[in-house]
Amino acid sequence: MSLNDLFTEIILDHYQHPHNHGIIAEPTMSSRGFNESCGDDIQVSVIVRDGTITDVKFSGAGCSISQASASVMTDLIIGKSVDEVKTLAAKFYEMVKGSGGDYGEELGDAVAFQGVSKFPVRVKCATLGWHTLEEAFKSADKK
Amino acid sequence: MDHDLKHDFPIFFHWDSKGKPLIYLDSAATTQKPRQVIQAIDDYYSKYNANVHRGAYELSQVATDLYEDSRAAAARFINAPEPESIVFTRNATESLNLIAYAWGLNNLREGDEVILSEMEHHSNLVPWHIVARHTGAVLKFIKMGGDFQLDLGSLRKILSAKTKVVSVVHVSNVLGTINPVKEITRLAHEAGALAIIDGAQSVPHMPVDVRDIGCDFFAFSGHKMCGPTGIGVLYGRLELLDRMEPFLGGGEMINEVFPTTSNYAKPPYKFEAGTPNIAGAIGLKAAIEYLENIGLQNVMEHEIELGNYAAERLSAVEGIRIFRPKKTGTGVISFTVDNVHPHDISTILDSEGVAIRAGHHCAQPLMRTLQVQSTARASFYLYNDKQDVEVLAKALEKGVAIFKPRKKADVFK
Repeated sequence: MSLNDLFTEIILDHYQHPHNHGIIAEPTMSSRGFNESCGDDIQVSVIVRDGTITDVKFSGAGCSISQASASVMTDLIIGKSVDEVKTLAAKFYEMVKGSGGDYGEELGDAVAFQGVSKFPVRVKCATLGWHTLEEAFKSADKK
Repeated sequence: MDHDLKHDFPIFFHWDSKGKPLIYLDSAATTQKPRQVIQAIDDYYSKYNANVHRGAYELSQVATDLYEDSRAAAARFINAPEPESIVFTRNATESLNLIAYAWGLNNLREGDEVILSEMEHHSNLVPWHIVARHTGAVLKFIKMGGDFQLDLGSLRKILSAKTKVVSVVHVSNVLGTINPVKEITRLAHEAGALAIIDGAQSVPHMPVDVRDIGCDFFAFSGHKMCGPTGIGVLYGRLELLDRMEPFLGGGEMINEVFPTTSNYAKPPYKFEAGTPNIAGAIGLKAAIEYLENIGLQNVMEHEIELGNYAAERLSAVEGIRIFRPKKTGTGVISFTVDNVHPHDISTILDSEGVAIRAGHHCAQPLMRTLQVQSTARASFYLYNDKQDVEVLAKALEKGVAIFKPRKKADVFK
């Protein structure tokens, strides 16, 4: 359980130089998520056209894991359908909870978070962006 | 501290922190437990377990005596005038809720004012939010001035005939500031208001005398002072407790019960519905005796010395910002480090066996006043020493190295 397994180069790079950072002025859907215990705070705004995510941005403040995970997520989901993204989210949760398996193809850079499974207290940091995205989907379903 | 107190605490010899010794710096959250306390709880369950204040048999009488001895010990510990003014609760949070619900809901009216401070823990905020919503009472706040001290000028400005309660924290769980609670109590009383003191972070670390402070209510927790979880204390002036409505109803708190009405026992029993945490009270007594044996003055001096040493040693860490008063600083030291989020600091320290707290410390309004989202916090107790501070500082330096700002990697452009 080395710190290098957790703070990988990809994670540190996304943390210090986040991708798709900001807020979409008129999103199709958006949501805000918190980790009560540590104060992580993430907002995700999404544009969906014909069931496909065409743009996504995130903003907020928090630890390296929560911010980098949201950044990697935004890269991964643009151009995918909402259903595909839900499947990816489920795979991501599986991976960071340590179910084992090979996630390389589908999860892309997000495999950098595989080491989180060895740090159980950080799992909720890694999943915050994904959960917030899924909350945005749910709020859109209710409309 | 004249000998290595770590030897009294079994956890330092049981917990294997990846082959490294446990450096426990989260005593403001909860302290470790000495074997004397663990043994007292074991003894009670092994030798004296029975319900209290009920059975007319010897075993129950012994259990009752042990429980009431604990009340007397708690009264002595904070120099309360009599054991009857000590109500056992689950923790300081429940003690503060008891006042808010039993006194606040029944005595506050629309437009009455409750004064709190910008340093409060959520446990002295949220109960008053609830009371304010139900009664229409208005909450006002003592501001924090320079050197992380409460600005008593701001208190004088907001005190008026409308003020019914002034409820403040004795020692801040984030900053370690010791607040002038005797002066605050005097000002509250001059305005005709009650003075309530949250002593969760003072009682474990320094001599406290509620009669000298002069406050009307005083709350603290057992688990932050070497005692078990689930036992706390509310001290209240007896005539106030006597006039107050009960908090929870049930067994033990009654005098007579009829199908549709009941009348209540005298304090403190009026506030102790149901079978109490007997083992917890007995464990708390053992904790009190353990601390008295070392001497609270010694504990305080040790922690202030460690806190001062840590403030100096950590100031050498690149990018560190320390939130700790220069005067009245104690064994609590909150800090942030540029480019390293507190939660990441906590993980890095954990890998070196160092346990600290990261987050908002149940004090979100204070975080906003400090203009930070969260901080890391090391808090010392009687079992910590300068070597612990050194390990902390070295681990922090490691964190700074990991998170050193780097150029954007080419592959991710």
